[in-house]
Amino acid sequence: MTGFLVEALSWALILAGAFFTIVGALGLMRMPELFTRMHAASITDTLGATLLILGMMLQAGASLVALKLLFILLLFFATGPVVTHALAQSALHARVEPELAEDRRARAAEPPGDGRQP
Amino acid sequence: MRIVSLAGFLFAFWLVLSGHYTAMLVAAGAVCAILCALAAVRMRIADAEGHPIHLFVGALTYFPWLAWEIAKSAWAVTKVVLDPKLPISPTMTVVKASQRTPLGVNIYANSITLTPGTITVGVSGNDLTVHALVRDGAIDLEGGGMDRRVSQFEGSA
Amino acid sequence: MFATAAAAILVALVLAVTRAVKGPTVFDRVLAANSVGTLAILLLAVFGFLTRRPEFLDIGLTYALLNIIGTLAVLKFFRHGDLAYDVDEERKP
Repeated sequence: MTGFLVEALSWALILAGAFFTIVGALGLMRMPELFTRMHAASITDTLGATLLILGMMLQAGASLVALKLLFILLLFFATGPVVTHALAQSALHARVEPELAEDRRARAAEPPGDGRQP
Repeated sequence: MRIVSLAGFLFAFWLVLSGHYTAMLVAAGAVCAILCALAAVRMRIADAEGHPIHLFVGALTYFPWLAWEIAKSAWAVTKVVLDPKLPISPTMTVVKASQRTPLGVNIYANSITLTPGTITVGVSGNDLTVHALVRDGAIDLEGGGMDRRVSQFEGSA
Repeated sequence: MFATAAAAILVALVLAVTRAVKGPTVFDRVLAANSVGTLAILLLAVFGFLTRRPEFLDIGLTYALLNIIGTLAVLKFFRHGDLAYDVDEERKP
């Protein structure tokens, strides 16, 4: 019974991970410019990878394989933000500016409670 | 204390990656772990910032919370990507980081980047410049819920 | 099940490679290349399970390490035009 439950859970996790992986790549294609594309790519990096690896860990059971998968996941989580941040910094440095619907930077500088007017 | 813990972690890492447990290989692993820990001391990265053992207890509750936040915001971004109209409203904002140490600010900035939909573009002092995919993401961050959670994690030592 | 996951990752890889070819800026290509790296690691792990040879995981780990170093090196090169650039040198007179 537990064997069946574990099997079903790992099926669900792997299928969900595959879905989010494709969604991330689709977003990479559909988004209009660099900064919005980075948001889409981070779905693949975080949720897609996590679900796939958790599913595979359930298949592997308690073994060295599962620990290695965990290391790969931790590596993703440690390096993902570093790469994204470096990419954003280099892009801004090269004057690739994001297209904005709204820039709240000036508003954030004001003290709170000042923004009563619409 | 910190050096011993670092060497212990490196040795465990060796054991997991190798999978062979003959006396020769385990001894070689121990020697390598100690040498790497000493090299880290010489490079001055085995300090409270490079190997923050004082945060381990807080991490046990912080990372599950962060994972849940990531899942929630990833689902929100997924809905945006799959929407035929692509309802994005890219927004730049500045949020204050109320953490006391550079390590705390770093944890906050990386947590923002890890959650899909928000990216830390720049850091200067305690001000983080954040790019958000939709306006609501920026407004949520300005509310400061994540900032308070990170500060609590930082102060849990 | 693993065949399904492998197929999904391959579809995602095709999309990411298309983005890398289309550009338009070099940063889009770097972002796509980084995504290709992530997907390749996942594909290696899935492939290891598909063929029942877990050695592929070690290759995946190595590739994960190479992926970040490669991406950062490319970014540094395009930002400074020099891989040996040192930020501290800028501050000296």
